[in-house]
Amino acid sequence: MLKTEVAVVGGGPAGLMAALAAAEQGARVMLFEAMDHLGGQLVKQTHRFFGSEKEHAGTRGIDIAAMLSQRVTANPNIETFLEASALGFYRDDQILSIEFGEGILTCQAGAVVFATGASEKFLSFENNDLPGIYGAGAVQTLMNVHGILPGEKAVMVGAGNIGLIVSYQLMQAGVRVQAIVEGAERIGGYLVHASKVRRAGVPILTRHSILRAHGTEALEAVTVVELDSSWQPIPGTERTIEADILCLAVGLSPLVEMLWQAGCRMTYVPELGGHVPERNQWMETSVPGLYVAGDASSVEEASSAMVEGRLAGLSAAARFGYTHGVGERRQEALADLASLRSGPVGEKIRSGLARLAKGGKA
Amino acid sequence: MLERTGIPDDEQLARVTPSPERRARGPVAVVECFQEIPCNPCYTSCRFGAMQPFEDINDLPEIDHEKCNGCGVCISRCPGLAIFVVDESYSESEAIVRIPWEFLPLPSPGDRVWALDRGGNVVGEARVERVLAAKAQDRTNQVWLAVPRGLSMVVRNMRARESDGR
Repeated sequence: MLKTEVAVVGGGPAGLMAALAAAEQGARVMLFEAMDHLGGQLVKQTHRFFGSEKEHAGTRGIDIAAMLSQRVTANPNIETFLEASALGFYRDDQILSIEFGEGILTCQAGAVVFATGASEKFLSFENNDLPGIYGAGAVQTLMNVHGILPGEKAVMVGAGNIGLIVSYQLMQAGVRVQAIVEGAERIGGYLVHASKVRRAGVPILTRHSILRAHGTEALEAVTVVELDSSWQPIPGTERTIEADILCLAVGLSPLVEMLWQAGCRMTYVPELGGHVPERNQWMETSVPGLYVAGDASSVEEASSAMVEGRLAGLSAAARFGYTHGVGERRQEALADLASLRSGPVGEKIRSGLARLAKGGKA
Repeated sequence: MLERTGIPDDEQLARVTPSPERRARGPVAVVECFQEIPCNPCYTSCRFGAMQPFEDINDLPEIDHEKCNGCGVCISRCPGLAIFVVDESYSESEAIVRIPWEFLPLPSPGDRVWALDRGGNVVGEARVERVLAAKAQDRTNQVWLAVPRGLSMVVRNMRARESDGR
């Protein structure tokens, strides 16, 4: 059985920062990542980051992934396990079980940071199982990780940041994006992303939804419809758009199965993406020694995920006496988080966190 | 309306448009950023003190057009690709609009291309004057478009003439 002071589950932006923050304080860290590379969703993000310089604003996600991975690999306090999927957590002895190679590893950790990310939501509509219908993350994996063009003509569902950014990436790959369909009255993503795809000629259809998909062997077209103010389809507004790709970017759900298993108190907070663990300001859950960071704690931007990772890593390391400068560093991280969340676009996350603090009541 | 279509309205544009006198004097940045989001690389990249300091990272950028010399460094640093440089001093009949460009193939100087407005509609023809695609642009390249002078505040994108419209 492996033994470590701090175990980090997930090698995305939150997990990488948690591992680095804990290791740089002096803690011994084991980092478990299910994929064969570090970086999580960062490796698909070809756009420059928002935020401030501390969160690498102005630098592309792919470059941030490379930078952080390199720092993790170079740090002698961090042992990284790739293609290592954490399967479960046993609270009695603080043991993680991890599928690795042909077998199962076990790891006893004094503290665990769960940075497991989120999974994509799906929509129900007629023929939603036709080949050619993807989650936006899958399209990014095909194009940006494997270099495979998913098709020729795409319709995107969702005008949040993921929908807007993936539309732009599809265009960069040479795919014609026919339309972006958004159920809400307003574009949810950053308006600069919306303007970028709009001036490239992509119509953004707010208050529209997908009605059905058409095709025999694979997707050939989709029918979209306008919605009224109570989200009901308006008869007679149906229109059919030719497409061999339908890409769904309709939100994310935190991946929290292991936190349930560990007995962490969970609360349903729609603003944060669904069931999320209760935690204190140091990202420690209701189970002492178990921390959470990134989308697993609340679906938010990668910049905030990195700061949460920093907080969780610093706090986990402090449990083992690695407290040098921790007060100051944690205060700095708290201030960075507050600043990232302070503007109008942070309203949803602020109200979600307020609801979480009140045990789920609005 | 910007929040429904992605296209800023006239009122929003009026707030960020440099004065006609300033535009006539030479290159100047137009910062088409209308939403308070946590982001400040335009400020940190400006070497001329034209971008005013941010009190809060969510502040909208504020640019002193008098201090801006149109160097264009911010075009390639803005994560939102929301900054353009216009130069109406270029000639009697033409202005230069510098746009961020992250597509391949890169156009070449001398190419005749379609000039597009903020809605992606063709509003005329443009001539590619210059293409900046060096390390300094870090893959947010810049295309200098020569457009009819009256379209300097209208043209914000381009499309190759033989392209299928994407």
